[in-house]
Amino acid sequence: MDLETPWLGLRLAHPVVASASPLSRTLDGIRRLEDGGVSAIVLHSLFEEEILHDNEATLHLSSAGSESHPESLGYFPAVGREPTGPDRYLELVRRAREAVAVPIVASLNGVTETGWTDFAKLLEEAGANALELNLFHLPVAAGWRGRAVEDRCEHVVRAVAKSVSIPVNVKLSPYFSAIGEMAERLVAAGARGLALFNRFYQPDFDLEKLEVERSLELSKPWEMRLPLLWIAVLHGRIGASLAGTSGVESRDEVVKYLLAGADVVMTTSALLRNGPAHARALVDGLRDWLEARGCRSVDDVRGSMSQRKVANPEAFERGNYLHILQEYRSPYQL
Amino acid sequence: MTAIGRRLATLDGNEACADVAYRMNEICAIYPITPSSTMAELADQWAAEGRPNLFGNVPDVIEMQSEAGAAGVLHGALQTGALTTTFTASQGLLLMIPNLYKIAGELTPAVIHVAARALASHALSIFGDHQDVMAARSTGFALLASASVQEAHDMAAVAQASTLESRVPFLHFFDGFRTSHEMQKIELLSDEDLRALVPDAHVLLHRGRALDPDHPFVRGTAQNPDVYFQSREAANPFYAALPAIVDSVLERLADRTGRRYRLFEYHGAPDAERIVVGMGSGMEAAREAVDALVARGERVGVLGVRLFRPFSVSHLLEAIPPTVRAVAVLDRTKEAGASGEPLYLEVVAAFAARGGELPRLAGGRYGLASKEFTPAMVKAVLDGLAEPAMRNPFTVGIVDDVSGTSLTVDPGFVTEPADGHRALFFGLGSDGTVGATKNTIKILADDPGIFAQGYFVYDSKKSGSQTVSHLRFGHSPIRSSYLIREAHFVGCHQFAMIERHDVLGSAADGATVLLNSPYGPDEVFDRLSRRAQEEILAKKLRLHVIDAARVAREAGIAGRINTVLQTCFFAISGVLPREAALEKIKDSIRKTYGRKGGRVVEENFAAVDTTLANLREVPLPPRPTRTDERTRLVPDDAPDFVRRVTATLLEGRGDELPVSALPVDGTFPSGTARFEKRGIAAFVPAWDPDLCIQCGNCAFVCPHAVIRAKLFHESRLGEAPAGFRSAPIETRGFPETRYALQVYPDDCTGCALCVEVCPAKSPRETKRRALHMTAREEILDSARASVSFFETLSPTPRSRVDFSTVRGTQFLEPLFEFSGACAGCGETPYVKLVSQLFGDRLIVANATGCSSIYGGNLPTTPWTKDAEGRGPAWSNSLFEDAAEFGLGMRAAAEHHERHALARVRALRERIGADLADPLVASPQRSEAEIRDQRERVAELRRRLREDASPEAAQLLSIAHHLVRRSVWVMGGDGWAYDIGSGGVDHVLASGRDVNLLVLDTEVYSNTGGQASKATPLGAVAKFASGGKRVERKDLALHAIAYGHVYVARVAMGANPQQTLLALREAEAHPGPSLVLAYSHCIAHGINMQYGLDQQQRAVRTGYWPLMRWNPGLFAIGENPLSLDSGAPTLRLREFTDRELRFRLLARTDPETAERLLAQAEKSNALRVWLYRQMAAQHLKE
Repeated sequence: MDLETPWLGLRLAHPVVASASPLSRTLDGIRRLEDGGVSAIVLHSLFEEEILHDNEATLHLSSAGSESHPESLGYFPAVGREPTGPDRYLELVRRAREAVAVPIVASLNGVTETGWTDFAKLLEEAGANALELNLFHLPVAAGWRGRAVEDRCEHVVRAVAKSVSIPVNVKLSPYFSAIGEMAERLVAAGARGLALFNRFYQPDFDLEKLEVERSLELSKPWEMRLPLLWIAVLHGRIGASLAGTSGVESRDEVVKYLLAGADVVMTTSALLRNGPAHARALVDGLRDWLEARGCRSVDDVRGSMSQRKVANPEAFERGNYLHILQEYRSPYQL
Repeated sequence: MTAIGRRLATLDGNEACADVAYRMNEICAIYPITPSSTMAELADQWAAEGRPNLFGNVPDVIEMQSEAGAAGVLHGALQTGALTTTFTASQGLLLMIPNLYKIAGELTPAVIHVAARALASHALSIFGDHQDVMAARSTGFALLASASVQEAHDMAAVAQASTLESRVPFLHFFDGFRTSHEMQKIELLSDEDLRALVPDAHVLLHRGRALDPDHPFVRGTAQNPDVYFQSREAANPFYAALPAIVDSVLERLADRTGRRYRLFEYHGAPDAERIVVGMGSGMEAAREAVDALVARGERVGVLGVRLFRPFSVSHLLEAIPPTVRAVAVLDRTKEAGASGEPLYLEVVAAFAARGGELPRLAGGRYGLASKEFTPAMVKAVLDGLAEPAMRNPFTVGIVDDVSGTSLTVDPGFVTEPADGHRALFFGLGSDGTVGATKNTIKILADDPGIFAQGYFVYDSKKSGSQTVSHLRFGHSPIRSSYLIREAHFVGCHQFAMIERHDVLGSAADGATVLLNSPYGPDEVFDRLSRRAQEEILAKKLRLHVIDAARVAREAGIAGRINTVLQTCFFAISGVLPREAALEKIKDSIRKTYGRKGGRVVEENFAAVDTTLANLREVPLPPRPTRTDERTRLVPDDAPDFVRRVTATLLEGRGDELPVSALPVDGTFPSGTARFEKRGIAAFVPAWDPDLCIQCGNCAFVCPHAVIRAKLFHESRLGEAPAGFRSAPIETRGFPETRYALQVYPDDCTGCALCVEVCPAKSPRETKRRALHMTAREEILDSARASVSFFETLSPTPRSRVDFSTVRGTQFLEPLFEFSGACAGCGETPYVKLVSQLFGDRLIVANATGCSSIYGGNLPTTPWTKDAEGRGPAWSNSLFEDAAEFGLGMRAAAEHHERHALARVRALRERIGADLADPLVASPQRSEAEIRDQRERVAELRRRLREDASPEAAQLLSIAHHLVRRSVWVMGGDGWAYDIGSGGVDHVLASGRDVNLLVLDTEVYSNTGGQASKATPLGAVAKFASGGKRVERKDLALHAIAYGHVYVARVAMGANPQQTLLALREAEAHPGPSLVLAYSHCIAHGINMQYGLDQQQRAVRTGYWPLMRWNPGLFAIGENPLSLDSGAPTLRLREFTDRELRFRLLARTDPETAERLLAQAEKSNALRVWLYRQMAAQHLKE
């Protein structure tokens, strides 16, 4: 059974990829992911905002209360105050590349123009096989216009793609008015692949305390519906790799994404819930499914249920009422 | 003169000294004490950074539990051949004294570096004088003095070289603060210089004398009358040889550096008739005075003493010109009852030994506890010598109207060099003024031809502290070891300061003044006080104004006004060409924030660039425009002492108080913090009675007792001012009763803990709670009127208060209020609560530390009294002995109580059985019982006054002891876990009814956050720069091991009700009690507003399990242990990730940080498991 999968110009042993998660925060976690059987590892995201925030907080807190009282002119030793850059992350990339054989994909979320491009270059220098751009950005400020959001994404992708020679994968949000157009623009700007979709921290309310709660729920299989739809729609239409992400729990979701047209299937929640070795179960499950249907490779089935190849392509375009229309009249009778 | 090619650096005396001490030693035994702590901190930091010493190794830096412990390590390491040092001051040196005798008696080469400081006698003082080193003068250590930052550097090396050559150990000292904290540009000694001073052979000889099993011997024997005496004399030749050895080292130093020091340094007219003799930084001022006087033709001089022990008579006499007829010896110490202070007596003895005609000799005291010592004072001394009858002994620098010792000083005598530039900056600790001034000094001193000096004066508050920065620079070396009197530039960085302080008093005529003001150039002059206006016009000052807050805000660096004001200084002072100066500021911003500073750098640059456009010179009118008098700081109806003394201190004029104004024994009235009304908060809480559920949480947690609750009859509402707020009480059974929650806006620090803890949110706008922060200025007039009315309402009678609930305690009057602790302090709410619960019969033994400083540092004290005049009686003995001090108080109370009870029994018939019997029988455990007893005692006193017998008089004198006293020992973890642990252990073991409250911040907060045994694994602290590598001590388990000790671990932010319960149980427990109170702290690196939230996380992660061990339960067959917090519901990381102390290690050494966190998680789990196991046992089974 040939499970080999092309993705972003890389050759992966199979299509099950670990997406950005806390598991890839440490070298140990990265090793465990490889041992668990994934074919590539996307590291947790390097957030430029986090670095900036951490530096500013450190500066502020380490000097709070200082130079106020003659006995306590400061409350911290003069260590660790120097602003830091992405050094730790870069070191992780370097060591991960040395430690594991599967491709390492660095993930970046920038704030400033130089943050995006400079960090991207550093990640390439550190040895990342590919770069994933995490375009997480909530345009909550008044005055953001939809087109401006799109332009910003395109601009970032273009700038980064120009500054590095490793392939760039873009993990994008589902909240564009025209996903198809957006995907095309990003690919034109230099994206070698798209990952559908980024999940957002969506707050909840605590009704006792009347407070906003920040937590991230692990994804559930039903959440794959939206990315499944768009992968099925985009498959064969754009010249870039597609990755399905969100809602992968069992081999069924893996198969579904591949049938929709995904090149690779990314999972975090299942690995967090079941441990990294679950990746092997997913791959085995995929193999079994393919074998049971007499397929010899994943390429045989990839996209077989994309919008272009499915029997009822309008199912992707219309809502539930379509069922009623179809049942109302048999397609085989005049 | 600067030698070519030598490395220059701008640093303070502590760093100058430590830089040499670190390089020349192999082991540093350390312990924090102001003002020497920085030396130890630097040693720890350098070791953590892997900086090697002269021998290519990284010194081993060991923090000990006390200075006594450090001295023990010093002794042991020396005896086994390591080059070892320590750094200390004041009481710390006193704790080392037993070992100093040993080290000297064994002729062990060592150097102890001392930032010399006053001793605690009638009061503690952190400031500089020579009392500590003089207390060590008989130990056998050589005493070597440094008078400046350069000397602190050079003499550290001289001492090390001399001790190795002579075998006599050295105490190298320089003046605390004046030298230890003064910044100067100095020439650094290279490693080659140090090697040249210390031949390897001397080091090898030291090692050769070490204890060694390969060449065994014993040292430290016990001796009998036959040989002890001779043995003591056997070492004499080493002392006799020492002066020559030191002199030869000084000569070697001169050969390499060109700086020639001598054992006694004479400066002045070669044919002087009158001279002053002294030691330390004061001699720098004396040289300046002498230069000015010699230039006028006076025949005067100054002799600076460098080597005080051994005192070389011959070198002294050689150094004094033969023409001298009168000598005034200045001692910066006080030896009560002596015929003279030590240096004076040495000089007298030297002249006596010389024989012949003696000069006129007088001894005087000056400069105790950093009292200013100026050239004018030196002149007063020299003038005194010209008079036929010089006072002897004399004092200078104070007005002694009691013993008449003081000399009159002419304040008009000013000797500041004409070519120098002097600038003063008035600011707040929080506004970065000091940091900016230090930065300015470095910018200026960057020019090799410029000498610069910085000195910083702070007040004693930890919140809203005011600072004055003194900056001198010029083309000649600066020796002015005193505060600036005539400044060319005055920067007032806080508008309010110009009203409260004499900011312009030290401005020279024609000086440039920069005022940070919300008012523009057209308005600002009219906003100034009459006094300020007069001063500006009389001195023809050039007034400039800028709204730095606005400029900073617009540049995106809101609150950081220092960049703006520093730019203004360079723009208008003319000390550097404007463009060059701005570029240097930007350079320093780059250096401060680093290459990766990102947007912070950009924002600061923007602030620099926009400053000049906002800076304006103020056109001055010909005459003052205001007519009003100065506002008084304290009200006219304040007690006499407050008006005479406290008010003067508050105005910053304490130096003017004569001796007669001060108490003879350190006794001060309590209840004085209420007169300060510092008004330091920009935002204060405002109360919304409609939302409030009257739970009392806010009043409970308020660190400064600025939120008070009272119940009152609604009939009083008619008198209330318009803005006064109240609500019907939310409890049934109190008709016509109203509830008022009053915020004191002038005493509030704006910490917002109250808002964070308020559970009552508006369902309409959830960010709004029953307390919400409001701009102080907006509500000030109304709030002040409300406070005045509120204070006329009677406190809720204690008999009506439910002591068992947080809700109830809000009605108890806090007898600890308005302290100067940090905004949002985690300690003071506990202290306040104890004062509320037991204050009217409370005695506090306070260990030195934050709590003794915010509790008892002049000018005021937050400890106060209730409407009946009762309140906590408070005292601080030392850092190390608080538990024992408290035990003594308990013993006295019990003794007097027993005595009184015996007398009551003996006089039963005369007193009346109706009174005597219940007096004797009352258990006094509940508040009601205590109240009843108090009434009985009042009746007893009434009856006794009618009885003229001596027995009645005796009983009358101790009758008040019949009301049970509550003795509390309070202190931090530095005390309880480290320096006082032996005493804590012993007092707990004693079984006596003493209550110990440990305000556990897990570091030495007061001295700036050094690690203690309470510091958690993985946390970065001073003395643990590389992260603490061992677990914190579980003091609760230690105490539980005794069985009879009541032990509680509490965290107010996690469970206030449990805190209340524990404190009440502890007090009621008839034996010793230990309450460990988690206190969030600024040294944790948190936003203090969320301190209580962090407490909750500490508990929910199992890091700080809440528990009570009540031996009383054991007596009735129950398990004494109650675990009051449930199983952990958060991972430890969710507590540690929010504190800089844990995060810092992750920035420097992420792998170690991860490893230590994992280790901490395991031991956390183990601790929780252990407590749960213990709590789960059923004793009856």
